[in-house]
Amino acid sequence: MELEINGQMQNVGDDPDMPLLWALRDIVGVKGTKFGCGIAACGACTVHVDGYPVRSCQIPVGSVDGPVTTIEGVGSAEQLHIVQQAWIREQVPQCGYCQSGQIMAAIALLDEIPNPTDQDIDDAMTNLCRCGTYPKIRAAIKRAVSLGQEA
Amino acid sequence: MNVAKIARRTFLIGAATVAGGVAVGYYYVRKPYANPLEEYLGEGEAAFNPYVKIGQDNTITVITPRAEMGQGVHNTLAALVAEELEVGLDDIEVEHGPGDFAYFNGAMLEEGAPFAFFDESFLAEATRTFMRPIGKVLGLQVTGGSSSMIDAYDKMRQAGCAARHMLVSAAAKQWNVSAKEIDTANKFLINTVTGEKLSYGSLATAAARIDLPGELKLKARENWRILGTSPDRVDIPSKVDGRAVYGIDIDLPDMVHATVRISPRFGAESVSMDDTAALAVKGVEKVVPVQTTTGSGYGVIAENTWAAFKGAEALEIEWGEATYPKSSDALYSAIAKRLDSPADFSMRDDGDVDQAFADAPRDKLLEADYRVPYLAHACMEPMNATARWKDGVLDIWAPTQAPTVLQMTCAGLVGVNSEDVRVHATMLGGGFGRRGEVDFALYAVELAKQTNGRPVKVTWTREEDMRHDTYRPAMLARMRARIDNDGMPVAVDMHLAGQSVIASVLARTFPSVPPSGPDKSLVDGAFNQPYSIDNYRVSGSAVDLPVPVGFWRSVGNSCNAWFHESFIDEIAHMTGKDPLALRLELMKAHPAALGVLRKVADMSGWGRELPAGRGLGLAHTLSFGTWVAMVVEVAVVDEEIRIENVWAACEIGRALDPENIKAQVMSAAIFGLSSAMGQEITFEDGEVVEGNFDEFDGMRMRQCPAFHIEILETYHKMGGAGEPGTPPSVPALVNAIFSATGKRIRTMPLTSEIDFVA
Repeated sequence: MELEINGQMQNVGDDPDMPLLWALRDIVGVKGTKFGCGIAACGACTVHVDGYPVRSCQIPVGSVDGPVTTIEGVGSAEQLHIVQQAWIREQVPQCGYCQSGQIMAAIALLDEIPNPTDQDIDDAMTNLCRCGTYPKIRAAIKRAVSLGQEA
Repeated sequence: MNVAKIARRTFLIGAATVAGGVAVGYYYVRKPYANPLEEYLGEGEAAFNPYVKIGQDNTITVITPRAEMGQGVHNTLAALVAEELEVGLDDIEVEHGPGDFAYFNGAMLEEGAPFAFFDESFLAEATRTFMRPIGKVLGLQVTGGSSSMIDAYDKMRQAGCAARHMLVSAAAKQWNVSAKEIDTANKFLINTVTGEKLSYGSLATAAARIDLPGELKLKARENWRILGTSPDRVDIPSKVDGRAVYGIDIDLPDMVHATVRISPRFGAESVSMDDTAALAVKGVEKVVPVQTTTGSGYGVIAENTWAAFKGAEALEIEWGEATYPKSSDALYSAIAKRLDSPADFSMRDDGDVDQAFADAPRDKLLEADYRVPYLAHACMEPMNATARWKDGVLDIWAPTQAPTVLQMTCAGLVGVNSEDVRVHATMLGGGFGRRGEVDFALYAVELAKQTNGRPVKVTWTREEDMRHDTYRPAMLARMRARIDNDGMPVAVDMHLAGQSVIASVLARTFPSVPPSGPDKSLVDGAFNQPYSIDNYRVSGSAVDLPVPVGFWRSVGNSCNAWFHESFIDEIAHMTGKDPLALRLELMKAHPAALGVLRKVADMSGWGRELPAGRGLGLAHTLSFGTWVAMVVEVAVVDEEIRIENVWAACEIGRALDPENIKAQVMSAAIFGLSSAMGQEITFEDGEVVEGNFDEFDGMRMRQCPAFHIEILETYHKMGGAGEPGTPPSVPALVNAIFSATGKRIRTMPLTSEIDFVA
């Protein structure tokens, strides 16, 4: 089976039941997407399918019906995504393990609502962070909005 | 060196054993152990000491040998070296480096001495002096106890200073001028007479051979450029684009994947096992038994992680029975029984407590029992490790807080010496004390013995992780106070009972070390608080149960601070005193405590008029050398509690990176608040019930309060940063809920009696 991942067609193995998460990590070898719970409860595995945020631990690779974008595909070394830039400006990550998923959720939020309210942020940002970086995530989303307006 | 014997002495040290302290002189940065970097040097690289190597191409690498689990330790450790080496953080590469005894942590054991932080009596100081070299002899390279900065503050600045001195000496020799005429800037040495320049790298090989003088003069604090500021963290760019490599991301040529299923009943083994269905799963290669000091069960080796998970699920195993109280209620009863008999030991016993209570009239007496459950660490990254056993060398890649402990414990599994075990530490997706354990590495090594030299990455499922944690022990506390006619407590007596963390850790890590002696962590956060009360006793009783318990962010402080600070609040309300005023009076001998209390009162507007259904709660805890006063504000919204604000004032003595310290205090407070908001590990039939985040969750964004944190630097000793925010968070929350609702909750989690806004 092949899927479009970060703009390139990639072999994702031959087990359609394998969750997208494990196909990405163990078969394709893009490991920025993390395993946290396996039951879609924590959001560490959040990627975009067709631009929408999904928890890849619960999506069998055989049922993926659009291009997949992971944390490795949202920006480039030369030009980070504006949300990644905001994450650095606000010094968000601590252990960092959940942050790929947090950033993917934040990008999807800003794609849908360019200037979210606190309530919008609460509603969209449901991923777990055990380091407790939530106030900095909130600040970084607002920073991304202002960086976007400057650009 | 007999590790077991030394470890035993280390943990059992009590006041009576300290006859004469061992003097520790000037720390020779090149002397205590062979430099582990010599073995790993690249072409043209020179090692100056265990912390600094410089290449001919002028690449400067600073070794930061502590676990980066989110606390920003690599940044501040690198800053200690960079400050003295006169380079910027942007000028250097930062690496964890190899696991090695040279990177021992002396400060952590010093903190283990059974004295309050403010106790500077001869006995307390002599014991600390005695403890520090034990860390060195044991070579314990461990990250924990909020001790990294306290441990590294002198030795890593000296490492940077020494390297700079050697470079300047080499340049002086080359140019035939005196060292005074040489300046340094941007990784170059400058001859101030001629204006000539040489890179650090061009002189590195010659400089690394230069002998050090007997004494090195460190920079005065007023000349610091980096320390005391908050530079961007070196690890963050790799954590926003997916590049950071955690243990779970290790990828090696020819590697196989695996997972484990360990007995869900502690100490039990399998009675029968059928692997037919597991072996039928596509991609599963092998099922092998695992038998270690931390548990026994089976490993499933497969082509990929998903196949290993499915294979493990398909194993049909009948496990042996639990030989201990099988349910939560039975476990709590076993602990409660200890409260009815005299305590094992007291670490504080001022005045005559029994006498003070003997004739106390009922109306002057306050009594209360408190209880906390077992708690999981629930690191975001599930436990994992990768091992390769090939050609007589054992390699382990792991997100670990204790590389040399892995060396010591894993060596025996394959019959080699510790020196033949190479530990490669990765980034940690959370630690909180869990990754100071060895179980994940032991299992990986057991599986590596079955793969003919192929490396094997062993990833646990979340359920395996949560049901095989080393839990924060469940604890019960029986408290009583006698109030005098002025409403002041003249006697306070606390008896705390639960499992000993030290005994549990030793039993599974160094089984040859017999556990005995009082465990400070049982009473930590209660016996060593800066209160002056005439008759004041804090005692502990260790309950012998086989549930594995371990170091959970702030350890004993995590619950004892709640018992202590909520009970102080109860005393204040019983006598109609303001909780702040009562604390100011009882802690008046300690200006550091008064400083943070007044500061947080000011920040939070303590004493202001509050509308109905809103409350402020205050707590103060001195832990890991840092004095933290915290105020929590809650609001009742549709009969549910919403935490709206947290104010904290923290006296840390010396803030090496203020913004990072604030981030740690916030993180630690959220960790504590999360526990109070619903976390509980329960038992049925001897097994842990909760398996995933749907049953054991943490605070989420929509529940997160606003934080307001101030750092103070007036105390004469530096404290730690990673843990001190946890202990006061829980009592401040509970006290705020009392203030808002009139409900005094004495059982954790609070969700047994109230609901939080979801």
